[in-house]
Amino acid sequence: MRFTLKKDKSGVVIVGVEGQLIVGNRQELKQKVLDALEEGSRKFVIDFAKTGYIDSSGLGVLVSLSKKIREQGGELRLAGLNADLQTLFELTKLDTLFAITRTAEEALAAF
Amino acid sequence: MSLRLDVTRDSMRLDVPSDLGMVGDAVELVASHVPPGTLSPRRISFNLRTALAEALGNAIRYGTGEDPERVVRVRVELGSDYVRIYVIDDGQGFDTGRVPDPTLPHHVERDYGRGLFVIRHLVDDVAFNEKGNGICLTLRAG
Repeated sequence: MRFTLKKDKSGVVIVGVEGQLIVGNRQELKQKVLDALEEGSRKFVIDFAKTGYIDSSGLGVLVSLSKKIREQGGELRLAGLNADLQTLFELTKLDTLFAITRTAEEALAAF
Repeated sequence: MSLRLDVTRDSMRLDVPSDLGMVGDAVELVASHVPPGTLSPRRISFNLRTALAEALGNAIRYGTGEDPERVVRVRVELGSDYVRIYVIDDGQGFDTGRVPDPTLPHHVERDYGRGLFVIRHLVDDVAFNEKGNGICLTLRAG
């Protein structure tokens, strides 16, 4: 399990989630994104292409981050959800809260 | 702190210290010892892992208060076409009937309150003991 952060040439922060996003590591992701927000970044993509599963604490962190980024005039997009994760977002109605694209590249193009 | 899984042909036993940082390793340990063919690989890799992480996270946060001196017990029955997982803490339990629907429009933007809802959608059957400090998750083949 690890989180990677990189910035594309237009300044969008792309966060990769490898493994799982759960109660035991959600604070690490939150802190990394909040640090980037504090440093001035405003556009974020979280890429789940290498993510196995997300629990409700992980979902909660995404909701919390989305609010904090919006409060700063920014935007958070999600990408790369597999079929099971997509279903999870639909069941919880979180697909109505987030802009979700098939790939990180599509998310970047949509900014 | 290391985890020790006791495995027999039809059961597993694991005591997990009340530390949220142990949830991921505990889930991997159990999921990786489910015999091939019991459940589909997809149900093991997503449904079982997510539901067990939820149950363990709830037990550690709310049941044992993240007190590392306490443990959460995981007991697993392995059937030919089902897996039944018990997660039991030594806390006071909670009223499972008083969990609001997280999909209501005024709840969707909350960053909490989805755990039980998620579990109910991922497994075939959910049951609680009378005290509310033990949950039983059943996943069936198919």
